[in-house]
Amino acid sequence: MVHYLIGNLGHLMIILSLVTALVSCIAYFKAVQSNDRTWERYADWSYYGHVLSLIGVLTVLFLIINKHYFEYHYAWNYSSKYLPIYYQISSFWNGQEGSFLLWMFWNAMLGLVLIKTNKFWKPSVMAVMTFTQFCLTTLILGVVIFELKIGSSPFLLLRDVVQDAIFVVNPEFIPEDGNGLNPLLQNYWMVIHPPTLFLGFASTVVPFAYAIAGLWIGKYKEWIRPALPWAQFAAMILGIGILMGAYWAYETLNFGGYWNWDPVENAIYIPWLTLIAAIHTMIAYKKNENALKAALILVLVTYLLILYSTFLTRSGVLGETSVHSFTDLGLSGQLLLFLVLFLVGCVLLLVRVWKKIPSTDKEMSAYSREFWIFMGATVLCLMAFQIIIPTSIPVYNEVLGLFGIASNLAPPADPIQFYSKFQLWFAVGIALLSGTGQFFWWKRMNFQDFKIEIQKPLMISLLISALIFVLAEVREVPYMILLTASIYSITANFAILLRLKRTNAKLSGGSIAHIGVGLMLIGILFSSGYSKILSKNNTGLLYSNEFPDEINMNNLLLFLNEPREMGDYSLVYKGMRKKTTDLGYIDANLLTETDNPLILEATDDIYVASGLRASKGDQVRITNNENSYFEVLYDKGNGDHFALYPRVQLNDQMGTVYSPDISRTLTADMYTHVRTFPDPAQETDWGEVQEYQVVVGDDFFINDYVATFKKMERVEQVEGVTLMKNDIAVKAVIEIQGEFQNYLAAPIYLIKDQMAGKIPATVYDLAARITVESIDPETDSFTFGVQRTQKDWIIMEAVEKPFINLLWIGALLLCFGFFIAILRRYEEFMIFRNKGLES
Amino acid sequence: MKKSHIIGIVVIAMAIGIILTTAGDASSYVTFEEAKRRESDGDRSKIHVVGKLKKNETDQVMGIVPMDDQLSFTFVMLDENEAEQKVFHPNPIPQDFDRSEQVVVVGSYRKDIFVADKILLKCPSKYQEEEIKI
Repeated sequence: MVHYLIGNLGHLMIILSLVTALVSCIAYFKAVQSNDRTWERYADWSYYGHVLSLIGVLTVLFLIINKHYFEYHYAWNYSSKYLPIYYQISSFWNGQEGSFLLWMFWNAMLGLVLIKTNKFWKPSVMAVMTFTQFCLTTLILGVVIFELKIGSSPFLLLRDVVQDAIFVVNPEFIPEDGNGLNPLLQNYWMVIHPPTLFLGFASTVVPFAYAIAGLWIGKYKEWIRPALPWAQFAAMILGIGILMGAYWAYETLNFGGYWNWDPVENAIYIPWLTLIAAIHTMIAYKKNENALKAALILVLVTYLLILYSTFLTRSGVLGETSVHSFTDLGLSGQLLLFLVLFLVGCVLLLVRVWKKIPSTDKEMSAYSREFWIFMGATVLCLMAFQIIIPTSIPVYNEVLGLFGIASNLAPPADPIQFYSKFQLWFAVGIALLSGTGQFFWWKRMNFQDFKIEIQKPLMISLLISALIFVLAEVREVPYMILLTASIYSITANFAILLRLKRTNAKLSGGSIAHIGVGLMLIGILFSSGYSKILSKNNTGLLYSNEFPDEINMNNLLLFLNEPREMGDYSLVYKGMRKKTTDLGYIDANLLTETDNPLILEATDDIYVASGLRASKGDQVRITNNENSYFEVLYDKGNGDHFALYPRVQLNDQMGTVYSPDISRTLTADMYTHVRTFPDPAQETDWGEVQEYQVVVGDDFFINDYVATFKKMERVEQVEGVTLMKNDIAVKAVIEIQGEFQNYLAAPIYLIKDQMAGKIPATVYDLAARITVESIDPETDSFTFGVQRTQKDWIIMEAVEKPFINLLWIGALLLCFGFFIAILRRYEEFMIFRNKGLES
Repeated sequence: MKKSHIIGIVVIAMAIGIILTTAGDASSYVTFEEAKRRESDGDRSKIHVVGKLKKNETDQVMGIVPMDDQLSFTFVMLDENEAEQKVFHPNPIPQDFDRSEQVVVVGSYRKDIFVADKILLKCPSKYQEEEIKI
């Protein structure tokens, strides 16, 4: 039965949350204009109503997924019956509508915090907050007015979205199962990465709202104090979100890295950079009024860039240029409208009050902290600018297309090389400035003081750098410069940190964050600049002599159980495995499917080094029946060995998806992913039958392996066959010596109803199939038919990534630094607020 | 001149530099004919060609030839002008390659063969709902 009620309820809640957002926006606006407390109370209550109805929307959508109401498009398209609960949560934000909801949810929560913590700023800031909330809610409204579609509702019935003949026959039809969650999203990072990222997205609205409020009510300077901890909070959360995405990409996608300069990645990195620049100018505003204007503009620009990135990723404009943009829901017009609305609003507001914003013509001294902060912010903005220009290439094509000009501009063919050649030098600038700026931060100095102050850190960092050049064999000049600059930044900030530890630890946020950035730069430098493809393979056949060694073959072909040398390692592919929840990896050939896709049954006794793992007929649990793992053993010869299990996921909707496996050590990661393997859908092509006539105890060859005919025995039961009184079945037990272990094969010969039947035995690891062709009772000899096939194989790539851990450690330090800074700035805000000095 | 002016000029100069380099480094979507012409002009920069795989009358993809070691392959592609071209790719055949409805190759000509460093596939079912399975 189709559950109409729940969907209608959900839609009602959406409309309710839209109305309450609008009402409270107007009421807050009135409260600011009239300074009337009743308007404010009215607005607050309306806002609580908004939060409640929004939570109602979320609950309804989650129930639809959780209860498997596949009559709803959202549940059908993004989830399935056997999806574990944590992936049901991921399904929630698999679609655009759900991810908008997530964004709105965080916005709503932030609004509650703002209502709680603000007195003076509450109505003006909340007016801006509720306005953005209103705009976002229209995106999931899903109503059509005069053929104009406003928003896309998550509560659409399947039959209203997908045109299918079945609905003509039976409109009440409900599919048995859903399409399932995109396999790439079936990863624990995808449970926590989107909420984090969207919290970051949402929290950028807070400094924006303060800035707009400040311009609106004429508090051009005062908005900064309450906005600063929020800007830092947004930067921290957005940073963590980006990082989680990078880590997910590294673990799950097989492009071999954590950052691909994909438009979707760039789109969120750009506002993060401007936000960092904004924070720096916000800190400097007290001493220099030009910094105030810069801070205003950068805070506004950051939010506009957030809206721009939303437009890029969700309007379909990126098309083929990105691997992970959303499906186009026809919202591009609406998204563009918001972008233009906010842009024009900001510009008008700024123009109106620009003259009134305090500013100065005084020149900054190169020995003032403001000067260094300004330089840092400038470099950050240039970084952002350099990324946004090429990322917007698809937009230029669209815009030119509107004017009838066909543009065929494509993104740079080698994005990594293209972006790195700029970003490397900007990174050098950031490192040098963040190191030097810190000296001026805490003390006013002249050139003489500065010379004395800088000497020690400079000497130390040059020394350390020289040491690393030698030990790690850094030879490329740009890398040498970046490395030295990063180490300088770390040493200089460390020196400051030591001093602060004695005086005031609360102020140490900045230097800790800068040390983090320095470490990240070194981590990126080594893991990317010196990432080494170990599976490089120049012995393969070249296509022709026309193009020589320029084309690198980066992959290695491994046949089952045939060791191959790769660099210092000896590699062996051991076969395909299934990952069970309690028994670890088990040979996929020994398992068979059951009615429940999450339970497999052992077709034979399963042994491992430590003994019997599971007996024939035992059931084992798995988490996903689409996943298979390739066991690859790495042996370094000196007893140093490990196994990696790169994954393949065979998904009906998404096709075949490969994911890497990574062996992590302190100094380097070994990253391995499979590129291709024999098509599992293809029937095995068994070769010609070769016959051997042997008696018990004889040796013979099976596919070049020595085999011994151990014994023959009568069997009483044969699977799939009912034996009658006069029927007879015998089993021949053959032991075959493989490279690494012995295998037992037991083909069966039976006579049922006076007809001979043969049940062959297959040894997958040896690519052999053995059949009892005939038995000669005179001589007691058996005739075995042996067939062979192509051995199982994989083609894989192995990449070594040195010192990638520095990147993750540095990133954690950066976040920790932010955390300390937030505490300090928030405390400052509270002190002023409690004194009634908010404005 | 004031310090801030100098800095301003430097920043503007860098911004212009960035725009010019981006324009210079940006690739473009072209046809095989245009790509060939560029190669013979000595322009080895990498370009994008959009097209599809060659198919026979019964809609079977034809012309995919893997090398003996499976590590690379060639295929025949038709660009938007239906011009036929042999393309070499130094990686194993991507899964679902023959199911793709659109292929974008990024690379350049080497003599008469187009060498694709990167292949972007657009498969019909990806992210999109198909018919309902009963």
